[in-house]
Amino acid sequence: MTSTTIEDAPFIEPSTKERRNYLNDEYGVLSWLLTKDHKRIAILYLFSVTIFFVVGGIFAFLMRLELLTPEGDMFTSDTYNKLFSLHGIVMIFFFLIPAIPAVMGNFILPIMLGAKDLAFPKLNLASWYIYIIGATFGVIVIITGGVDTGWTFYTPYSTQYSNTKVFATTLGAFITGFSSILTGLNFLVTIHRMRAPGLTWFRLPLFVWAMYATSIVIMLATPVLAITLVMLMVERALGVGIFDPALGGDPVLYQHMFWFYSHPAVYIMILPGMAIISECVAAFTRKKVFGYKFVAFSSLAIAFLGFLVWAHHLFVAGISVYSALIFSFLSMCVAVPSAIKVFNWTATMYKASVSWNTPMLYVLGFIGLFTIGGVTGLFLGALGVDIHVHDSYFVVAHFHYIMVGGTIMAYMAGLHYWWPKITGRMYPEWWARLSALLVFVGFNLTFFPQFLVGYVGMPRRYHAYAPEFQVLNVLSTAGATVLAMGYLLPMVYFAWSLKFGRKAGSNPWGAVGLEWATTSPPPKENFHETPVVTWEAYDYPAFLKAMQETQHV
Amino acid sequence: MRNTETMTNPHVPTKTAEHADHIGHAPAHHRSSLVSYFAVFITLMVLTIVTVWVSRIDLGAMNTAVAMAIAIVKATVVILWFMHVIHSPRLTWIIVIASFLWLAVMFVLFFADYSTRGWPLS
Amino acid sequence: MSDVTLHHGAEHAAEPHEHGHHHPFLQHHFEDLGQQHEASTLGMWFFVAQEILFFGGVFCAYFVYRAMYHDAWKLGSHHQDWKIGAVNTIVLIGSSLTMALAVWGAQAAKRKFTTLMLVLTLLLGGIFVGVKGYEYSVHIHHGLFPGAQTYTNLESTPELTRGVELFMTFYFTMTGLHALHMIIGAGLLLWFIKRTWRGDFGPEYYSPVEIMGLYWHFVDIVWIFLFPLLYLV
Repeated sequence: MTSTTIEDAPFIEPSTKERRNYLNDEYGVLSWLLTKDHKRIAILYLFSVTIFFVVGGIFAFLMRLELLTPEGDMFTSDTYNKLFSLHGIVMIFFFLIPAIPAVMGNFILPIMLGAKDLAFPKLNLASWYIYIIGATFGVIVIITGGVDTGWTFYTPYSTQYSNTKVFATTLGAFITGFSSILTGLNFLVTIHRMRAPGLTWFRLPLFVWAMYATSIVIMLATPVLAITLVMLMVERALGVGIFDPALGGDPVLYQHMFWFYSHPAVYIMILPGMAIISECVAAFTRKKVFGYKFVAFSSLAIAFLGFLVWAHHLFVAGISVYSALIFSFLSMCVAVPSAIKVFNWTATMYKASVSWNTPMLYVLGFIGLFTIGGVTGLFLGALGVDIHVHDSYFVVAHFHYIMVGGTIMAYMAGLHYWWPKITGRMYPEWWARLSALLVFVGFNLTFFPQFLVGYVGMPRRYHAYAPEFQVLNVLSTAGATVLAMGYLLPMVYFAWSLKFGRKAGSNPWGAVGLEWATTSPPPKENFHETPVVTWEAYDYPAFLKAMQETQHV
Repeated sequence: MRNTETMTNPHVPTKTAEHADHIGHAPAHHRSSLVSYFAVFITLMVLTIVTVWVSRIDLGAMNTAVAMAIAIVKATVVILWFMHVIHSPRLTWIIVIASFLWLAVMFVLFFADYSTRGWPLS
Repeated sequence: MSDVTLHHGAEHAAEPHEHGHHHPFLQHHFEDLGQQHEASTLGMWFFVAQEILFFGGVFCAYFVYRAMYHDAWKLGSHHQDWKIGAVNTIVLIGSSLTMALAVWGAQAAKRKFTTLMLVLTLLLGGIFVGVKGYEYSVHIHHGLFPGAQTYTNLESTPELTRGVELFMTFYFTMTGLHALHMIIGAGLLLWFIKRTWRGDFGPEYYSPVEIMGLYWHFVDIVWIFLFPLLYLV
């Protein structure tokens, strides 16, 4: 059990006797659509979010095609407005916010806690259906003409002037928000009340700490988006002026309320990614994460501080300079806990024996790209710099470094890390490493030029630009093509692995955690016997000893 | 052949010893007295009358503050006794306090903008 | 080799079967009714917490505009009948009392008493919503529904008229959301009346009624703030 690569890991041959697990326990479409098993619900989400990832990606690709040339020659500006709006709405509300919590959180969290399921399994299924209903509104909007307000729905354009499907889109987002809230609620109660005997708070995997922090953010932020969208819908439906300056309203109030949610929302998107990174770093360095308590508390700090910075999205919108100063200062503070995590992960890797499996490649990508994204966020948080680069491609590059270079890389890491557990199969390692390389190269080629072109003045949300920006835009589109390959390949080889992948044992990575103490795939009730935890977090010798003592020859 | 029987493991603590994490078996049995509910009801009635009475008196800017203060007292009373928070575990207290704290953050930082814009605010 | 399973303390199997183990309402993923009760209560508290933020958002917006348009807010408030509002407040507080008594009764397994209390809660809640509906109809009759054309010359100046329309928008949005929550609560109450009459609840298992109470009291608290803010400016 001291292997350094997957090829050397002792392969535990699964029993040739047919074993019941959550996949073959029941058959039939209804057994999936009416399931209360958190693992099956996670798979339902996996399918749904993947579809929306592709849809959002198509919108991005169409935008990048338009941006190959300086003139707006492929689409009208109205159509282009719809493209970037739908790209944002689909990617944020229907992919990034649900993905890691609803796929990996749902599947792995109860198992990590030694529980049989989440606290409220029926509510969990309801979450998925609510998501589907909200997403259906999104699909209907896409099919019937789209929306052109940007994913931010700024007033009074969205409420008084836009001729697109604003009401339906905001209703869809409103509904999807409930799915998010109920998932967060489920996680919080499960973590508080359903941990296995012996699993004290400081023995929890760091994944759990970060998912806990995410759930707190979800519970406290999402309802504010809900009420904001309600008020938006009221204004649009009745023609009143809650946020319309012509009728006495303040459009900046809308922005305050919108970003009160949407800034914490970015932490809803990144914290689960950080959760995965902590697990993978521990697994592939065979070490306890350096500064466990710092990393654990930094998740809570990010959750708290993340609520105090929203108006950095309003620096040039008309807020007072005094409040802008306050928010700028607070925005600097929120970087600290994120930096603590990066330092601790790096320190864990120092002098460790690192196995460079695919998840670890994505982890490395995450650490580098998230750092760049985070640091450029600090640039934007500085008032003077923001005056210059606000609403330019610099901003676009910044948040894509975090969302794609950060969250989506972590999502890929998690998919590859837990794939054997979820499906009982190994993915083909070399194809996976190739994909990781394509993603990394494609990502940087797509988004680094955007920092440059944004800094010299190219504004965002325009389909035409000054001719001197063309070279960088062409590079960006080329990168997007490579990136798309990098995302398509896994879809192919993951599907392939379901039938032809090498069968995985309980713990193919030799990692610490309750999810590795049960079969791959797990039985429906997760464990045949409720486990009792006697080891500290990431305590390899103690965990492996406990495994050996209960293993039968 | 796979052996699915479990084996006694002397190193694994028993379940009861490590029970600290989830308190089990029967639900918390504390039952508030009926009297406390009626006392709360009377208090709420009285405070409602006071609210209406004070609102008829012109205290200028203080009217809002007084009305809100009374409402906060009423809400507190409902939370503590009707919602049993006074007998609830610490976690419940944290959740209640945290929600209102977050709301306070929203209010304070919104007004940090509005009160410093130089717009006329009454 | 075999899958690795961890041993669970042997005495679990040997534990005497307590009342929780074969209780018809014990869900299989919980160890016992105690854990289930704690989980449901905690879940409802988290739900109430997010509701606080939900209503809190519109309250915050209300206060921003109240500060900006205080005179219009006063005028808007004068369009409300504070006497009706006060009566409704008393009705709702009464329903909170009956709800609290219902929870007490469910825990004491007093089937008839609990059913009566739940029915009273439903009745009082129904009166509240009915009165609210009456108030709405009066407002609409006077042309005070926001967005209506009759807002053109309501007050002495166009700014005040606009401000009053904004106030009425908040009035309808806030009380409308509140009433929606009450109607949902009423639906839940109907279901709980049925379950109580069926004899589902007792000292071991009464958490559904308790969490219904939490929800109902929360809706009451929202009204406790709405009343002075909308009727007594």
